Amino acid sequence: MALRFASSWCWRGRSRPNGAWIIDGEPYTSAPGANFQWFRSRIVGGRTNHWGRIALRFAPIDFTSGTRDGLGDDWPITYQDIAPYYDKVESYIGVFGTKENISSAPDGVFLPPPKPRCTELLVKKACDKLNIICIPARLAVLTRSINGRAPCHYCGQCGRGCITGSNFSSSQVLLPPAMKTGRLTLITGAMARSVVVGKDGKTEGVSYVDKATRTEKRVNARAVVLAASACESARLLLNSRSAVFPDGLANSSGTVGKYLTDSVGSDGWGYVPALEKMPPHNHDGVGGMHMYVPWWKFDRKNDFPRGYHIEIGGGREMPGVGMFDELCHDEEGYGLRLKARARQTYGTTVGFSGRGEMIPNPHTYCEIDPDVVDQWGIPVLRFHFRWSEYELRQAQDMQETFRSIIEAMGGVYQTKTAIDGQYPFGILEGGKIIHEVGTARMGADPKTSVVNGYCQAHDVKNLFVTDGGPLVTNPDKNPTLTIMALSWRASEYLLDEAKKGNI
Amino acid sequence: MSVGISRRDVLRTLAVSAAGGAVLQVIPAQAAEYTHQAVQKAKAAAPSGRYTPKYFTPHQYETLSSLCDSIIPKDEKSAGAIEAGAPEFIDLLTSENEQYQLKLGGGLYWLDGFCTDRYTGPYLSCAPDERKSVLDLIAFRKNAKADPALSQGVVFFAFVRSLTCDAFYTSKIGIADLQYIGNTGLPEFPGCPPLPES
Repeated sequence: MALRFASSWCWRGRSRPNGAWIIDGEPYTSAPGANFQWFRSRIVGGRTNHWGRIALRFAPIDFTSGTRDGLGDDWPITYQDIAPYYDKVESYIGVFGTKENISSAPDGVFLPPPKPRCTELLVKKACDKLNIICIPARLAVLTRSINGRAPCHYCGQCGRGCITGSNFSSSQVLLPPAMKTGRLTLITGAMARSVVVGKDGKTEGVSYVDKATRTEKRVNARAVVLAASACESARLLLNSRSAVFPDGLANSSGTVGKYLTDSVGSDGWGYVPALEKMPPHNHDGVGGMHMYVPWWKFDRKNDFPRGYHIEIGGGREMPGVGMFDELCHDEEGYGLRLKARARQTYGTTVGFSGRGEMIPNPHTYCEIDPDVVDQWGIPVLRFHFRWSEYELRQAQDMQETFRSIIEAMGGVYQTKTAIDGQYPFGILEGGKIIHEVGTARMGADPKTSVVNGYCQAHDVKNLFVTDGGPLVTNPDKNPTLTIMALSWRASEYLLDEAKKGNI
Repeated sequence: MSVGISRRDVLRTLAVSAAGGAVLQVIPAQAAEYTHQAVQKAKAAAPSGRYTPKYFTPHQYETLSSLCDSIIPKDEKSAGAIEAGAPEFIDLLTSENEQYQLKLGGGLYWLDGFCTDRYTGPYLSCAPDERKSVLDLIAFRKNAKADPALSQGVVFFAFVRSLTCDAFYTSKIGIADLQYIGNTGLPEFPGCPPLPES
């Protein structure tokens, strides 16, 4: 089940110490059967340092999916509300792509895409035969110089951090200009403990532990914006209990930590003999896919709700540790034959990652563990997580599609999955895709949501949440671009309200 | 490597990732490269210019080297696992990882015990055809099905085989063997060369 070729998109989340699944002294717990995996990025710029740079807009229908199929809720805002901010974000950070006019994958402000790799051309040909849409990917990597940043030099080493800042990260693209204003104070090594609330019910700042000196500190503020990642922000809110807010801050609805979702993830790969004929060539490209499959079955009835997209990998990638594990397992033996087979099969694998939409369910949420604190004395999160039939059927559909594409390429599909067990249809553990959202969701009704359409807490006017927390749904588009667009919109609103004296 | 990342951190990351196997735990290429570089540094610092094993005893290290050589030998196209530094690579990783120490250290004892029972002494003292028949037994899972007494040996050998491939194919020799071209700056990505006529 494990994907063993060195896949270029796999550098997401795999490097330390940018972030880790396990951090010494900072545990989290899972309720029995949940086995949720929580990635934390304790670094300036957070997850933007290691994300896959896949920058997809949510579609208009994603904001009204509750009405459309009766599952979950609609957003309090529409695509029209957020579209101008998608434009701004894309123009600022730089995203490549092409105008395609596909309803499930709205076009944006795009730089030209890089040329397809051989593997991707073959996938595209197979998809054409199968009536599956396959188009240039949309990644926050510069193919042209913009805003003083150099274009990509196609070394394929995004996972090491980009020396020219040609792929987007907050640390390299947003913070330097902010620092230049002279009005930004960056406090690093700070473990936030709680949001401080005054007698009037408004936030007054944040109390934190300075990790270097292990001392308690506090920063005062007219407004507090949480962007600690969806679950970490929920943890902060739930840990910010006071006489005014006994159930945690901004939690009069009781929905902080609820409606947690991650993306549905299932992977697969196969050998494609046609690739054996390719002469050695540079296959690196940008640190991610150049082509992808957007959700294409939006015009028909499926046996699961919502949809997924498919990411493409494989080919003559830089050899890495683990690349020949599958070969070793299948071929066994040793010596000249093993060496010859490695030579023959190198570059002939094509891999897919399906990434789909999970429907929020009442069995999936995070809460404060009543018994456990971290090394800073801060109560930790306990996760509850369960995939439903919807997600399992989607993973099954992914596996069937992967197989059909590999076979249409004349290849042999290698991934074996079971219908039950720990990973039915190869579905990964909750959290593994690192797309957790929804734990401080937005809504028009303060009784059923944490923040309003501007990411402002219903209960506390000078408190905002601008990470994945406010997302009402978790469509098959990686959340980062939408998080940034919502943040931009929230920032303008905050500034505007402050000027009016409302905050 | 950036400031603040210790050698131990890197080596442990590599070992932990290798053992994990899940998608997001695929090894950082830079950690493999770092391990090769660390081996070179250790060699350069030694007066003899030779690598001194950090974990394995001289006898174990010699046995491990022999296995690496059998797994990826020199052929007409390229040098083998020994020239690529596989034993050094494996020793350095093992020196920082208790799991590896148990699996590899224990596995090497298993191998010598097996050879002593079957022939007259440890693996290295066996004749070439005896060594070959031992490897032919432990290199295939089906043999452990037929004779469960082999199963620990099969698991051990599979682990050495994977590690040898990891070491070899992340080395300069192994990368050249595969004819990987890249990890270099380009003004534009050239795309796919014309597909050969089929």
